[in-house]
Amino acid sequence: MTALTLAKALNEGLRKALENDPKVLIMGEDVGKLGGVFRITDGLQKDFGEARVIDTPLAESGIVGTAIGLALRGYRPVCEIQFDGFVFPAVDQIVSQLAKMRYRSRGQISLPVVIRIPCGGGIGAVEHHSESPEVLFAHTAGLRVVACADAADAFAMIQQSISSDDPVIFFEPKRRYWDKGEVDTVNGVTQALAFDRAKVVLEGTDVTVLCYGPLVRTCLESALAAREDGRSVEVVDLRSLSPLDVDTVCASVRKTGRCVVAHEAPVYAGLGAEIAARVTEQCFYRLEAPVLRVGGFATPYPPSRLEDHYLPDLDRILDAVDRTFGY
Amino acid sequence: MTVESGAATTVAPSQALLPDEPVPDQGLVQLLTPEGERIDHPDYPLDLSAADIRSMYRDLVIVRTIDTVAISLQRQGELGIWASLLGQEAAQIGSGRALSPDDMVFPTYREHGVAWCRGIDPVKLLELYRGVSHGGWVPEEHKFHLYTIVIGAQTLHATGYAMGLQRDGAVGGERGEAVIVYFGDGATSQGDVNEAFVFASVFNAPVVFFCQNNQWAISEPLEKQSRIPLYQRARGFGFPGLRVDGNDVLACYAVTQKAMQAAREGQGPTLIEAFTYRMGAHTTTDDPTRYRLASELEVWKLKDPIERVRAYLVRTGLAEADFFAEVDAEAKQVGARVREACRTMPDPPPLAIFDHVYAEPTAILRAEREQYAAYLDSFDGPEEGGAGR
Repeated sequence: MTALTLAKALNEGLRKALENDPKVLIMGEDVGKLGGVFRITDGLQKDFGEARVIDTPLAESGIVGTAIGLALRGYRPVCEIQFDGFVFPAVDQIVSQLAKMRYRSRGQISLPVVIRIPCGGGIGAVEHHSESPEVLFAHTAGLRVVACADAADAFAMIQQSISSDDPVIFFEPKRRYWDKGEVDTVNGVTQALAFDRAKVVLEGTDVTVLCYGPLVRTCLESALAAREDGRSVEVVDLRSLSPLDVDTVCASVRKTGRCVVAHEAPVYAGLGAEIAARVTEQCFYRLEAPVLRVGGFATPYPPSRLEDHYLPDLDRILDAVDRTFGY
Repeated sequence: MTVESGAATTVAPSQALLPDEPVPDQGLVQLLTPEGERIDHPDYPLDLSAADIRSMYRDLVIVRTIDTVAISLQRQGELGIWASLLGQEAAQIGSGRALSPDDMVFPTYREHGVAWCRGIDPVKLLELYRGVSHGGWVPEEHKFHLYTIVIGAQTLHATGYAMGLQRDGAVGGERGEAVIVYFGDGATSQGDVNEAFVFASVFNAPVVFFCQNNQWAISEPLEKQSRIPLYQRARGFGFPGLRVDGNDVLACYAVTQKAMQAAREGQGPTLIEAFTYRMGAHTTTDDPTRYRLASELEVWKLKDPIERVRAYLVRTGLAEADFFAEVDAEAKQVGARVREACRTMPDPPPLAIFDHVYAEPTAILRAEREQYAAYLDSFDGPEEGGAGR
């Protein structure tokens, strides 16, 4: 085991993928010499060459569209979108082309393309640098959507995503890039949980808190704070946002009888809405309270001096936990 | 607004055909050498008074000072980030001063010099980089649209605005209006920019595309975006393009004035490639030592946009030591004011998050606002709630 930052764990995972499969390519803006604005691809162009780690022209639709072409020719491109808010110029290529090719070709064409997107707020950035667009992609059939929350998962899930024959939208919690965790760089992938499964990261008995990406750490901190109040919170990291691991989610909720979903994205029509509906359908007679949601407001992401109000924090998550006991 | 009036200003398709003969490579339009020597160009006669040139010098110095102050404010934690214009002052002041008050400007996020020319208080620019607002000025008041961060998107907005001018009958005649849009060398790869070129061309829209080629899109040099000089791209889209010395404030002024006048008169778009250099980092979070050589910087230092104007003013006797001292003092004063205004700039109230999402707040927004207000009130002081991480 090695202590790595989440960023370094991604870097190591990408390195392994490049080593293990000559068809794996990395492409994006500034991913080569600079190593990406977050240094996730640091050193990879130096070691694997410009043909495999490609500094592309500044055009997101171009990046994803040519990745599709490379995948048609047998490559496994890993695209970096520099920031969440810059994925939108590529949406036609992702939603209308990448997601639908298997279906349109009646299963003849696989497009093993991974699109890495640093997501979420909390870094004091200017607009378009703090967004959480995951639900747009979760709503698009044909895409797998995953979010890593810690270094060990970052290392394993990026490799699992690259191995997947389906296109994967891979969300990275940018404000957690510098969080350290223990990573098994030898057996970390072979022994890893499948990347479409949720994971109980803290066991509890009174209420289930569902989360993913940047909020996993926040929810764990909330659970520890709740413990001081005598409440036992079970924290589940969803990891896969599409498909959802409904079995793991419902097993937890049936045990606790209460459920809170937390995400940075707006609550309105967010992933929490889908989860609330499914939990209600499948756990109705075991629920002690309605499923509550904590998340961003139904507004654009605010200027950064207000983002601490917008982002769910320990207090807002605890407030929702408290409210589930009010029914 | 009448739609009919637009027809007269839209060129007929037959007129839009390209000439068959190849466009000669004009080279670089330059009116003031790096050494501060005034040279003539047959296509760009320029008759500026000494006062005009001194005034340009003043603007150059002041915007560089504002930039320097902003970088230090970021280092001190007063700004989240800053996108420096260092090295691009002449491209921005030259083009900015060539505009008439009625012309409309669409900037990127680095056009602090153009903003200065449009009378925007630099403190308003800092609001965005401090995280207090997404853009603090009234665009129509200054004819200067909000900063656009998503690369190249504003080129289409500018083209559409120009199409609006055509429909308003505001093109041609004595009081013609036109639009200028700023973007960088990296942006020329974006689909939006190429689509803007197509729209502007086929509709003969009164828009000037002002590309500041500062040689670097974060870490990627120009050759990652283009194999031909950027100005030559215009020809493929069916309108003229030219390259100007982007560190020459006089040349930038002259070519912009001419292109804008052509647009105002209904002659359609022009692409201006201002050949310049990003002397600083992409933004304050960037570290250019990772990807470019210091020697490149040294070469461009010799082409400094301010030094050459100073040299010219000194050599010709158009300005004396007193003038330069006055400008320095004024710049220092502006810098001090900006610094103080930034440091004392209050955060917006938390509930401002919910303002201006729609023309009228929706029921869901009102409910979220009320719930969050009640939540904040549940803490001892309204500022304590929700402020943790």
